[in-house]
Amino acid sequence: MAKVVRKKAGPAKRKAPCAMERVKLARDAKRPHLRDFIANIFDDFEELHGDRLVNDDRGLVGGFATLDGTPVLVLGHNKGETVEENMAANFGMANPDGYRKAMRLAKLAERFGNPVVTFVDTPGAYPGREAEERGQAEAIAKSLEFFSTLKTPVIVVVTGEGGSGGALAIAVGDKVLMLENAVYSVISPEGCAGILWRDGSKAPEAAEALKITAPDLLKLGAIDEIVPEPPGGAQNDRAAACALVRAAIVKALAELAPIAADELVARRYARLRAMGNFY
Amino acid sequence: MGWFERKDEKPKIPPAKALWAICPKCYSHMEKSVWKANNAICPKCNYHGRLTARERIAQTADAGTFAEVFREVSYSDHLAFHDATGDYKTKVEATIAKTGESESIVMGTCKIGGHAAMLGVMDFAFMGGSLGTGTGEKIARACEQAIAERRPLVIFSASGGARMHEGILSLMQMAKTSAAIARVKEAGLPFISVLTDPTTGGVSASYAMLGDINITEPRALIGFAGRRVIENTIHQKLPADFQSAEYLEKHGFIDRIVERKDMKAFIAKMLAFWHF
Repeated sequence: MAKVVRKKAGPAKRKAPCAMERVKLARDAKRPHLRDFIANIFDDFEELHGDRLVNDDRGLVGGFATLDGTPVLVLGHNKGETVEENMAANFGMANPDGYRKAMRLAKLAERFGNPVVTFVDTPGAYPGREAEERGQAEAIAKSLEFFSTLKTPVIVVVTGEGGSGGALAIAVGDKVLMLENAVYSVISPEGCAGILWRDGSKAPEAAEALKITAPDLLKLGAIDEIVPEPPGGAQNDRAAACALVRAAIVKALAELAPIAADELVARRYARLRAMGNFY
Repeated sequence: MGWFERKDEKPKIPPAKALWAICPKCYSHMEKSVWKANNAICPKCNYHGRLTARERIAQTADAGTFAEVFREVSYSDHLAFHDATGDYKTKVEATIAKTGESESIVMGTCKIGGHAAMLGVMDFAFMGGSLGTGTGEKIARACEQAIAERRPLVIFSASGGARMHEGILSLMQMAKTSAAIARVKEAGLPFISVLTDPTTGGVSASYAMLGDINITEPRALIGFAGRRVIENTIHQKLPADFQSAEYLEKHGFIDRIVERKDMKAFIAKMLAFWHF
């Protein structure tokens, strides 16, 4: 007869999910995505298409909308719920055209005094042949440079997966908010485990070591504020999750609105400059 | 047992790498002294191989003008990172001992063909030239000093990308360095970026691609995502010259491919064109 091996019971009640559990929550198909945030947070969203060069990327979507009477530019990675939706949106992985569209629209926002709100939820920038040929590296680099000097408030919300450079390209801002169970990392736990552990199945160890959860990132100074989620995670109550995100954005907008554009840009640089604590 | 029946014995491969220099692009073998005498350039295919930061500085800065700055800036282990093979701290300390450098970039003031400049050179031997917090800090400080002293900025990149051992803060160096480069340009100073073999990932996706001119050497590997990652994503074989210097020039992301022997003169000429 097979011997029943019981695993030693863990602590009766775990206070917070571990890093890999948060990775799973962040990737949950039922989690609110850009579409939900747009519908539940803003009024009258109007999407604008195209980079004016080659394409309209579906992995990164943008348009103007109103929030509490304030017209804003909304940018975000576009993930879907079904496979078909995700295929159309490239699973939220943006092409260079997406980042160039984001810059084009943000330039408009700067000209006409609209704050920018970005929603970050991507496994990473799209690794494809055309993406490389059209300059994925250049598009991300330009985007980092561009947003660092943009003279209008930029509020960033990391809502799900903050996947490396593809996430960072629309995550340079004045206030970086992050949902409680979102993750944000230089490399995916699987990718890191594959390289440093030479074993993709060690992703939970890598997730832990990389410190990719919102509480860890707050301690490291990489984000400014954690947005709480409904009990058990945002996927359990999308409307409630959106309401919590809305409140955090409204608060951040009110804080940033009185700051003059030049001062805003100076502070944004100082914020980045301090990353690494060398002062 | 006849020799033809022996199956379990591994054939003894002569340690080719110990005897020969092998070009990683065309695999031609040559004596190590030949490779070295040819300045790490393959005589067969003209691949421009890797140099150490110090070798590159010696070939770029006017003799006796290079004064290193920010050597005190080194790595920082914010995450107390460790993986299956040990601590990050132990590994990086070993790299520091091996290379004699404090970080993956060496920064200094110098003259290039008589033109004052701020020169940064990455060393691929330092943890794959990865972008750590120390690397980013040196670049940000160099940008600020370049602005204060009105020096053009020249950076030779050689890197696999962000240093994952330093987690999110290494990613943030991409934004920090790009923001610092933006200020150099706003101050009316030029930034010449030289992307040497290899420049990929988070370094190509930040300061390395932000040059007022981006130049490179023959056959250098430059790209964002790795070839295997892309092939696994699109389920297609990529062309042999994919992500090569020549491929990038064709697609419009590189201003010029410059041979190593002409590099210094080319940079000096550009600085002269722009009145520096």
